[in-house]
Amino acid sequence: MTGDEKHEWAAASTIDVLWVLYDRVLNVTPATADDPDRDRFLLSKGHGPMAYYAVLAEKGFIEESILDDWTSWDSPLGQHPDRMLVRGVEISSGSLGHGLPIAVGTAIGQRIGKSSGRTFVLVGDGELDEGSNHEAIAVAARLKVANLTAIVIDNESAMYGWPGGIARRFAVEGWQTAEIDGRDHEAIFTALTAPHDRPYAVVAKIEKSY
Amino acid sequence: MTTMREAFIQTVNEGIENDPRVTVVTAVISSSNFPQENERVVDVGIREQTMVGVASGLALAGLRPVVHSYAPFLVERPYEQIKLDIGHQDVGAVFVSIGASYDDPVWGRTHQSPGDVALFDTLPGWTVHVPGHPDEVTPLLRQALKEDNRVYVRLSLHENTQAYPVGEGFTALRHGKRGVVLAVGPMLDRVLKAVDSENADVTVLYAATIRPFDSDGLRKAVQQTDHADVMVVEPYLEGTSSHLVSETLQQIPHRVRSIGVKRHAELRNYGTAEDHDAAHDLDVVGLGSAVRSFFRG
Repeated sequence: MTGDEKHEWAAASTIDVLWVLYDRVLNVTPATADDPDRDRFLLSKGHGPMAYYAVLAEKGFIEESILDDWTSWDSPLGQHPDRMLVRGVEISSGSLGHGLPIAVGTAIGQRIGKSSGRTFVLVGDGELDEGSNHEAIAVAARLKVANLTAIVIDNESAMYGWPGGIARRFAVEGWQTAEIDGRDHEAIFTALTAPHDRPYAVVAKIEKSY
Repeated sequence: MTTMREAFIQTVNEGIENDPRVTVVTAVISSSNFPQENERVVDVGIREQTMVGVASGLALAGLRPVVHSYAPFLVERPYEQIKLDIGHQDVGAVFVSIGASYDDPVWGRTHQSPGDVALFDTLPGWTVHVPGHPDEVTPLLRQALKEDNRVYVRLSLHENTQAYPVGEGFTALRHGKRGVVLAVGPMLDRVLKAVDSENADVTVLYAATIRPFDSDGLRKAVQQTDHADVMVVEPYLEGTSSHLVSETLQQIPHRVRSIGVKRHAELRNYGTAEDHDAAHDLDVVGLGSAVRSFFRG
């Protein structure tokens, strides 16, 4: 499998969650993309952003016409998204293990600013190998960052996996957790709108990619 | 007498009190000096990568994060977070370190960071302050807290006997004809003593802010001498600013001598900071020797 093919897998792995998020969960539109009270979605797993771009185009954040020449010199759309180039993109990502710590910060910032906005961050199960995530998982629970939801796309790509499952890794630190079928739109919607009074991890299982 | 660290704590606490944007993020070190009950004081525990990531998120949410730790743990360990979470996200933050190159050499190499400014120098858009006296810390920090830019403030236990006004550009403290010596932060007193001991007829410039580099100030100082010979004395890795000296003087035949913490080998000794200064020729004797040989004739 080539690098490009792996990124296509990565895009396919997130498409259902991304669609339900933008279609039914997130309180953000192109008109409110700078509103301090908006919900913020951080794509930590910046690999394979084609699904992300497609959803952003469908929801009017970017023009659909720019999708075709992505990664070209003049295109704002790269193999890893850049928040300075694409409206609606909250963080520039690509290097793994950055989004969750940043999300803890944005969620704390929303809390300090008395914002009604929430923070959602999407990570991959393979990405959880990066130690920075585990720093952030612990900190989010200790600081009771209740307006934070982490969505883990689990396609079993982690090198060694997690004993007892990924949800357990979050739960042991004090997170509320849910495990769902990452292709079932109703299950995704129900999980992402469930009330929680502490940080919340939703593990979205999908088919093993490779 | 107030130390640079105390001046930093006092100024940031003043910022927390008066500016609703100012938010401190620490990884245990120094955290007890900030009001624990304030929600804008965030101690993440001994987790430096997350410290920087959280600071990025706070900045994205409109706050002004002050990120603080011992220099190696603030700059070297989370370097990719500084590059991506702060720089690549194009957000601002104020990074403040203690420990400098080898303030406490009894703790060994793990607590030494002579490469910190060189690392920031690989990233665009950073202002770098290297104050030489506690009274320089407060105005530099107050200004940094007001803005939205990316700032690194390098504090040290070593300081000059007096403070100089801080602001944009280098400050000329001596005027001579044989060349120019640029002294950065805590190196100033030693540079002045070395120049005096050698009766060197040189211009001495002082910098508490080394990035942005005051190219105009250096060029003008050089133009007023008879020789375009520039010695740069920095309290961190030797040569950190020499590329900017060369760029500044690219139209003028010139000589540059870079003085700083030597690069050639790791010094596996404990001892005192003064011992390390001597080993790196950063004491008055070593600097005097460098001044004598470079400005000879």
